[in-house]
Amino acid sequence: MAGLADSLSHVLARDLLLAARKPADVITPLVFFAIVASLFPLGVSPEPAVLRGLAPGVLWVAALLATMLSLGRLFDADHADGTLEQLALAPQPLTLLVYPKILAHWLTSGLPLVLLSPLLAIQLHLPTGAIATLVLALLLGTPVLSLLGAVGAALTLGLRGGGVLVSLLVLPLYTPVLIFGAGAVTASAAGQGTEAYLSLLGAFLVLAAGFLPWATAAALRISLD
Amino acid sequence: MPINYKYAAPKNFYALAGTLTPWLAAATVLLLAAGLYMALFVAPPDYQQGESVRIMYVHVPSAWMSMFVYVIMAGAGAIGLVWNIKLAEVLAAVSAPIGASFTLLALVTGSLWGKPMWGAWWAWDARLTSELILLFLYIGFMALQAAIDDPRRAARASALLALVGVVNIPVIHFSVQWWNTLHQPASISSIAKVGTPAIDPSMLWPLLIMAVAFKLYYVTVALMRMRAEILERERNTAWVAEVLSAR
Amino acid sequence: MLDIADLSCARGDRTLFRGLSFQLGAGELMHIQGANGSGKTTLLRTLTGLSHAAHGRILWDGRPIGELAEAYRAELCYVGHANGMHGDLSAVENLRFQAGLSGAPDSDPAAILAELGLKRVIHLPAKLLSQGQKRRLALARLFVAPRRLWILDEPFTALDIRTSGFMAERVALHLAGGGMVILTSHQEVTVATPKIMTLQLDA
Repeated sequence: MAGLADSLSHVLARDLLLAARKPADVITPLVFFAIVASLFPLGVSPEPAVLRGLAPGVLWVAALLATMLSLGRLFDADHADGTLEQLALAPQPLTLLVYPKILAHWLTSGLPLVLLSPLLAIQLHLPTGAIATLVLALLLGTPVLSLLGAVGAALTLGLRGGGVLVSLLVLPLYTPVLIFGAGAVTASAAGQGTEAYLSLLGAFLVLAAGFLPWATAAALRISLD
Repeated sequence: MPINYKYAAPKNFYALAGTLTPWLAAATVLLLAAGLYMALFVAPPDYQQGESVRIMYVHVPSAWMSMFVYVIMAGAGAIGLVWNIKLAEVLAAVSAPIGASFTLLALVTGSLWGKPMWGAWWAWDARLTSELILLFLYIGFMALQAAIDDPRRAARASALLALVGVVNIPVIHFSVQWWNTLHQPASISSIAKVGTPAIDPSMLWPLLIMAVAFKLYYVTVALMRMRAEILERERNTAWVAEVLSAR
Repeated sequence: MLDIADLSCARGDRTLFRGLSFQLGAGELMHIQGANGSGKTTLLRTLTGLSHAAHGRILWDGRPIGELAEAYRAELCYVGHANGMHGDLSAVENLRFQAGLSGAPDSDPAAILAELGLKRVIHLPAKLLSQGQKRRLALARLFVAPRRLWILDEPFTALDIRTSGFMAERVALHLAGGGMVILTSHQEVTVATPKIMTLQLDA
């Protein structure tokens, strides 16, 4: 048991350390998030009424796309330098070793998005009450994005055209999270209750966290074969 | 059971499929003809939609098939993944384009059906949106298979993707259904209501015949494509050399 | 005891080799030879369980390695072509990570690196090390935790004479202690041990 906790904390610490050493990898998707959100007023209309209606969807789609961009960080470097093989050969189940990797990924890509979102929400004239819902919904939804993205990244390990291919595989699977995540914010902006949406997002998170790392480990083994 | 294992070998399956295909093809053509005749000439026009309701007899079975083939694809992929049976992998691979075609057919016929009703070529109603996402899932499956050179890895990776997809599909359906009831006025979702329990036998029969015809079509084409795929995969073996030289 | 029976491996459509059988017991070294492309690396990866054989059985102490999973992996150490370390971490950080992963918190990464002649560079990012130094860092993994089976892909390549000698000594020590080694090498394997078996893959 001690060996397992030790291994998991080592994997987490290593990934966090690497992210700290290469801050550009963390900041770039964040800037992308901000840019995409800013494109909509330019492309549609700067009118507060219009933006307010678009804001939930725009922010969620931008968060989705930014997460897609950051998925390369999960496994690509480890695969190239042989560390992924060593993880697959460790005396612990690969399914369990995947958890700290995904957690580190979310802490360095999803969580920053959540923290930046209020700023962008203000730019898009989202009412204050809805901003709180947005943060909560993203907090529940971005880990699911990391979990789903991990399966896609594992399946496309080492393939040419990797980034776009992962998006093609994963984006259709994201639609439920998008629907309920944006729905929660829209409901909040309209003064309606959000418990149902947030509970569903929470349920997605629990199911994803229970099932997807196993699928990711299976996908990694298939790709390493 | 001896019979099952015998036909799991590509060579025997190839022969069996070859014998069955002409009969299945004939049955498909017959049923399709019967179904289309009934749909176009026998079934009554709808009191609301008039003659354009006849598109339903192609649209609804295609939508059913698009789901059915995906489930078969995922199931075959799972069998190939767990028990390493090559035929299962072949079935999954050949099913994808057929399923995608049914999905595309459902989308096109849905659009054609909707034009007289909505006055527009497209509407984001629950069924069409679900079918669109399903089409993306099929394309993703085929793209992944195409991107991987090693046939074993390609089959196993796409099987895993199909399994993740099949678990997700009910979630997607539910989400899109919910999203649709929130945003769309009631009249548009009436298209989805056709096919609910209180359907008249004069409409039910053509629908069922078309559904069975489409299933037979799938089985026929799948078997034909599997034979071609098996020939290619086993091209270095003696029995394939014999088959080719016998032509 | 490693028992291979009727093993055949394929890459895509190509069968690399078939009908391979051998046994490896305590204190034995297996030197796998063959031209480039004959399947040496594939064989090693199949023995670690990373790749799957097209046909045949691999047994460890009488049980299939697929069943044993973690129990088998806990007894082996694999050093492949890739060095298995990240360029942005220092040498000692990399080795400490390996130690943590192997469940060996008591090992002394700095001391191991010093033995391998890397004392002066242990805090340098690994990407700044020379080829030979990187290879030595990769091999350092072997000394972090005791493992019965060492599977090494070209371990002596890019090593200078002194490190080659050091590795040969440590391999001999490992074998003398009851360990097993499977390695590929283009060069002659000069390890002081009586039980060297060779396998020519493209025979």
